[in-house]
Amino acid sequence: MGLRTFIEGWPVYRQLTGTDPLGRGAAAKSDGSRALTARTEDADSVARSVCPYCAVGCGQRVFVKDGQVSQIEGDPDSPISRGRLCPKGSASKSLVTSPLRQTTVRYRRPYSTQWEDLELDTALDMIADRMLAAREQTWEDVDTQGRPLNRTLGFSSLGGATLDNEENYLIKKLFTAMGALQIENQARI
Amino acid sequence: MAEAHPVGFQWVMEAKRRGAKVFHVDPRFTRTSAVADSYLPIRAGTDIALLGGVVRYILDNELDFREYVLSYTNAATIVSEEFSDTEDGDGFFSGFDPETGTYVQDSWQYEGNEGSSGSGHTAKERDSASGLEHESHGAQIDGDTPRDETLQHPRCVYQILKRHFARYTPEMVERVCGIPQDKFLELAEAWTRNSGRERTGMLIYSVGWTQHSVGVQYIRTGAIIQLLLGNMGRPGGGVMALRGHASIQGSTDIPTLFNLLPGYLPMPHHADHPTFDEWVDSIRHPGQKGFWGNAGSFAASLLKAYWGDAATPENDYCYGYLPRLTGDHGTYQQVLNMIDGKIKGYFLLGQNPAVGSAHGRAQRLGMANLDWLVVRDLFMIESATFWQNGPEVATGEIVPKECRTEVFFLPAASHVEKEGTFTQTQRLLQWREKAVEPPGDARSELWFFYHLGRKLREKLADSPLPRDRALLDLTWDYPTHGPQAEPSAEAVLREINGYDVATGRPLSSFAEARADGSTAIGCWIYTGVYADGVNQAARRKSRHEQDWVAAEWGWAWPANRRILYNRASADPDGNPWSERKRYVWWDAEKSEWTGYDVPDFEKTKPPSYQPPPGASGTEGIAGDDPFIMQGDGKGWLYAPSGVLDGPLPTHYEPVESPVRNPLYGQQANPTRKMYAHPVNSVNPSPPEQHSQVFPYVFTVSRLTEHHTAGAMSRTVSPLAELQPEMFVEVSPELAVERGLAHLGWAHLVSGRAVIEAKVLVTDRLTPLRVENRLIHQVWLPYHFGFEGLVTGDSANDLFGISLDPNVLIQESKVGTCDVRPGRRPTGPALLDLVADYQRRAGINPGHNAPAVTTDSEGKEHGAS
Amino acid sequence: MLPDPNSLYGPLDPAPDAGYENAPPRMGFFTDTSVCIGCKACEVACKEWNGVPESGLDLLGMSYDNTGALTANSWRHVAFIEQPRPAGHRTPPFAGTPTDGSVSAASAAAAAGTSERTGTDPGVPTGTPSAAARMAGGGPADVLGAIAADPTAAGRGDAGPQFLGMPGAQPPGRGTGVEERTDFRWLMMSDVCKHCTHAACLDVCPTGSLFRTEFGTVVVQEDICNGCGYCISACPYGVIDQRKDDGRAWKCTLCYDRLGAGMTPACAQACPTESIQYGPLDELRERAAARVATLHERGVPEARLYGHDPNDGVGGDGAFFLLLDEPEVYGLPPDPVVTTRDLPKMWKRAGLAALAMAAATVAAFVGGSS
Repeated sequence: MGLRTFIEGWPVYRQLTGTDPLGRGAAAKSDGSRALTARTEDADSVARSVCPYCAVGCGQRVFVKDGQVSQIEGDPDSPISRGRLCPKGSASKSLVTSPLRQTTVRYRRPYSTQWEDLELDTALDMIADRMLAAREQTWEDVDTQGRPLNRTLGFSSLGGATLDNEENYLIKKLFTAMGALQIENQARI
Repeated sequence: MAEAHPVGFQWVMEAKRRGAKVFHVDPRFTRTSAVADSYLPIRAGTDIALLGGVVRYILDNELDFREYVLSYTNAATIVSEEFSDTEDGDGFFSGFDPETGTYVQDSWQYEGNEGSSGSGHTAKERDSASGLEHESHGAQIDGDTPRDETLQHPRCVYQILKRHFARYTPEMVERVCGIPQDKFLELAEAWTRNSGRERTGMLIYSVGWTQHSVGVQYIRTGAIIQLLLGNMGRPGGGVMALRGHASIQGSTDIPTLFNLLPGYLPMPHHADHPTFDEWVDSIRHPGQKGFWGNAGSFAASLLKAYWGDAATPENDYCYGYLPRLTGDHGTYQQVLNMIDGKIKGYFLLGQNPAVGSAHGRAQRLGMANLDWLVVRDLFMIESATFWQNGPEVATGEIVPKECRTEVFFLPAASHVEKEGTFTQTQRLLQWREKAVEPPGDARSELWFFYHLGRKLREKLADSPLPRDRALLDLTWDYPTHGPQAEPSAEAVLREINGYDVATGRPLSSFAEARADGSTAIGCWIYTGVYADGVNQAARRKSRHEQDWVAAEWGWAWPANRRILYNRASADPDGNPWSERKRYVWWDAEKSEWTGYDVPDFEKTKPPSYQPPPGASGTEGIAGDDPFIMQGDGKGWLYAPSGVLDGPLPTHYEPVESPVRNPLYGQQANPTRKMYAHPVNSVNPSPPEQHSQVFPYVFTVSRLTEHHTAGAMSRTVSPLAELQPEMFVEVSPELAVERGLAHLGWAHLVSGRAVIEAKVLVTDRLTPLRVENRLIHQVWLPYHFGFEGLVTGDSANDLFGISLDPNVLIQESKVGTCDVRPGRRPTGPALLDLVADYQRRAGINPGHNAPAVTTDSEGKEHGAS
Repeated sequence: MLPDPNSLYGPLDPAPDAGYENAPPRMGFFTDTSVCIGCKACEVACKEWNGVPESGLDLLGMSYDNTGALTANSWRHVAFIEQPRPAGHRTPPFAGTPTDGSVSAASAAAAAGTSERTGTDPGVPTGTPSAAARMAGGGPADVLGAIAADPTAAGRGDAGPQFLGMPGAQPPGRGTGVEERTDFRWLMMSDVCKHCTHAACLDVCPTGSLFRTEFGTVVVQEDICNGCGYCISACPYGVIDQRKDDGRAWKCTLCYDRLGAGMTPACAQACPTESIQYGPLDELRERAAARVATLHERGVPEARLYGHDPNDGVGGDGAFFLLLDEPEVYGLPPDPVVTTRDLPKMWKRAGLAALAMAAATVAAFVGGSS
């Protein structure tokens, strides 16, 4: 930076020579203010999404910068929400980036007083073993009159109203094929 | 609505700007009331009395939209002479079986159909929540039912309706609901004025109606009004259910529910559906009119989607693989079975029953008695930490070192970390693009269940057991991508949509479904969402570039139709009722139905079409029968079957009520589902003694600032700070009566629990005069629990378990309690306090009070 | 270039006055409280966009307001006022129900007495019991002057004669058995920095941190602010506030970064019912006048504008409001005046004094030498 540039950048100089003699506007604008842009402008990508809270189905635009969500706001194109969001929808970025989010598998042994870590694949394996064991122990082939039952009442599931259709489809398909009847979700509640 | 669905409420404000009058009925004055034109405070649990009053007002003053009612509803249909009404049965219809507490529906049928109710005795249907299958599938109705177009026949539906609702006078509305007559009349006048060719009115409800022991009948009453006023199938009309979770509609359509298969096909029952044909016939009712006639194609196509090549016409498409119901396998029965040690494992998928379900203590005790529990969530929720931090640990009921439940907490991917569709409250599917990768071990449910299934199949690969064939023959070959081997959600959506088995071509419409195994469809009502191989749910044509129906934004089931039964938006001749209300109409020149929306009618069936004698299925639907899913093509003012607790709505008091039913000797819904389990109890109500031990009515609901059980809001700082503490709203009058100080503490006691809350004394709550008594109501948010940034006692702990007989949904919008100043006791003293209340109220946990409360012995209630 | 003679007081287009040539039209907010549903989407959307930290987890008991005030950590604040007053043309909500007297004033007053602070030092505190009582005061408009003059008395008037204005001293509602409450309304208003035409905060800022943008809005430049705090006492609305942990002053920027990109401020974009409207101030003023006329036609005579008038004490606000009651009810000053209004006069006086002094000194010297 040459001396001249330095002097011209000096607010008092700008104030005295510019259009803002009281130094309350153009002359007072800082480097930071001059460099300011909306962070949605330099997002790497924008995903068209839908609010995860209630069932109104408001459109959301999810802005991503360097692999992180940098902003979530209403999608003005949506005929449902016209770009608007309620406080919960407006808090979506805080939801998905919350420091309280659990991002590792946690495991509590029977009779234990604390949590411990567990590998995801190990957990998946252990869960599969437990499902098969519970199914084995509680399998019902036929009723007392010999009519088919083909089922287990040994385990159950609750949840689905916050999940995707594709996910619910796989859950129902897998449980049904295992003979597991006891699937429920918020729609019953 | 402003409170729980604020962005949807913009359309109410829009209507208001254009002159619509907004009425709000609620036990407490909410943010909706603040901008409504008129607010009606109501005693919680009395909506049928209010709505019944409106029905009577319409009928007495002949304010129904007669042309619509005659042509499009079953008002003229004549009902069996065996039918007797609650008017004559002191609150019972004909056919009640006191032994099982359910009805035999034969006498409710249309004349000449007495023997073909399709359900007969309904005890089984109640347990398997299958009553409504007949409503959605249409009851078995003979094509030609006797009618009286003059509506004068004493047994025509119109006259039955008139007699049934005769006692729901404005005086009675005031006595039951606590709503002053003037206010009631203001509502009735405004509602009926907005009816006819030029005008419509809209009815909006939410779980304030469903979470009752008579919940289905609340909605039925609303539907009766809307049919009488000609508000169904028309723009600006309808009964709008505002659902509360991003894809709760989707999880009903593609049900993670015990009693249903995708597309509202029933899960087979061990006794009623031994074979594929019997199962299909129970859905389509051979000989019956309407679109369910194609049920065989939908059923075969579903099984084909599940079991692929293994499913053949010869083996009934692997029908034998399906597990069978034997009764009630609902979530509350499950929880009681957990307490009894009958259930070993439990998956929780984005759901937090320790806070969100009724009777929180039962929920937590059940989970503490499992072998293993898998919690998949974004946050460490109460249902994952009950063994460590739950209130039962404080009381000594759960001792961590003695609690055997093995807990797996698996972090879930958020909505921006996976792709897929949500179905919102108006049946609209919207595809979400993935924005970022999920952090750490977080995965989508799609990933979890796909890979879990893969492992299960690997582990059983060599199994010789027949029972494992269903799993091994399952089509489970979804393509995966990315470093985590994420399954393709588009591939799953394509299977849901359905495809031609031979060519793999995605189907465009469920009309293409075949019963010969040539089509595979995961959920027939969603067929078309992947038409032409294009993800129609991902369509995002801006609202600025299309008309107000916005048919090119997302995709609505069925067939991208935005208003159901929209044939009713035209008059019987097919012309718009009026220019103002033009929506779908018959284009005589082109000989087809046309309009702003996809017509909900066969495109080229003219309004003049009359079915040939004996016609069934879609052929049996006349050109002026808009309700094409119903067995008679009519909107049902009177439901001859399908609703287990009566063909007409009847006011019953909530299971827990401080007052005797002013309308009938029968106090509460006699068919409600009750559980006589030691953990469960019901506070006494008249005519039982000791109801005064719990003198106050409490109701719970949401705050704008929080979401459901709080896992997605009490963990999020900008929301947590907006409503940071559990509180109870009380009227100034109750504050005086109980010595409660604003911002001081109070505790509330029911027969199940005691919880504490900060007190907000507010003018927004009012006592009501009911039966010349002063009834105080208090309100609580149900969002709080013991984890998260902000914590508090859970309101749902106060409730016991009593269910609606039709859908097995719990009564968790109204209960009775005591309210006391100060904080609740802690530790064992807390249990002592509840026990003391139980003793004083004469509660004997594990025993139900008698369901029948008509005092005159030997008095006839129906067939008993 | 010489400053406009109105640079410190009177009507003015502030951006050109602050040296912007070809400035875009002045942008602002019109907040129509008659359609506010109190959802607080504005508060959250603002925090999400601007990264505003949490402002405390305290239940304040001021109806549904747990934010309390505009602070360094709350740049939008939704006020909730429960009033035993008729709501325009609407049917009285509690007509015919067996109510006693109203309690809202008492509730609010008790609440305001909470020990929990929401303001940040040395910011504006949450409020006093008397202020809260006044907020909830209600009563016909003509009494409001009296209420403002003697808020404690007004609070008593509405809450019943025995109310002592202390939490827990008297259960609210007691002793009011003869009264009845039938009328009730629940007012909600999303408050925000007013972006005054004459912004005292800006005038007193010694570092040039506060500046006028080309959109006519007033923004703190966080890279300049040194935390001197002069602006805080200068603000006639008590808006600007110092953040405790970093000492700098913070307030609404009217999303200066978004405006530059042609976007709508986060709060206005989120608002479900268009209670917060953003746009060129001239347009908003027209729209607001039309809205008031409509409301008057529809039987809401109490609708009035606040902060729209370029001739008021701050030269009109860049963020103005449609209110349904006196400004005090919402916690707004009835007649805000730019605190630097008298600055020129003071400088003039100071100058004269200095001249006189100089003359006297000279005289003294002259006299002394003679």
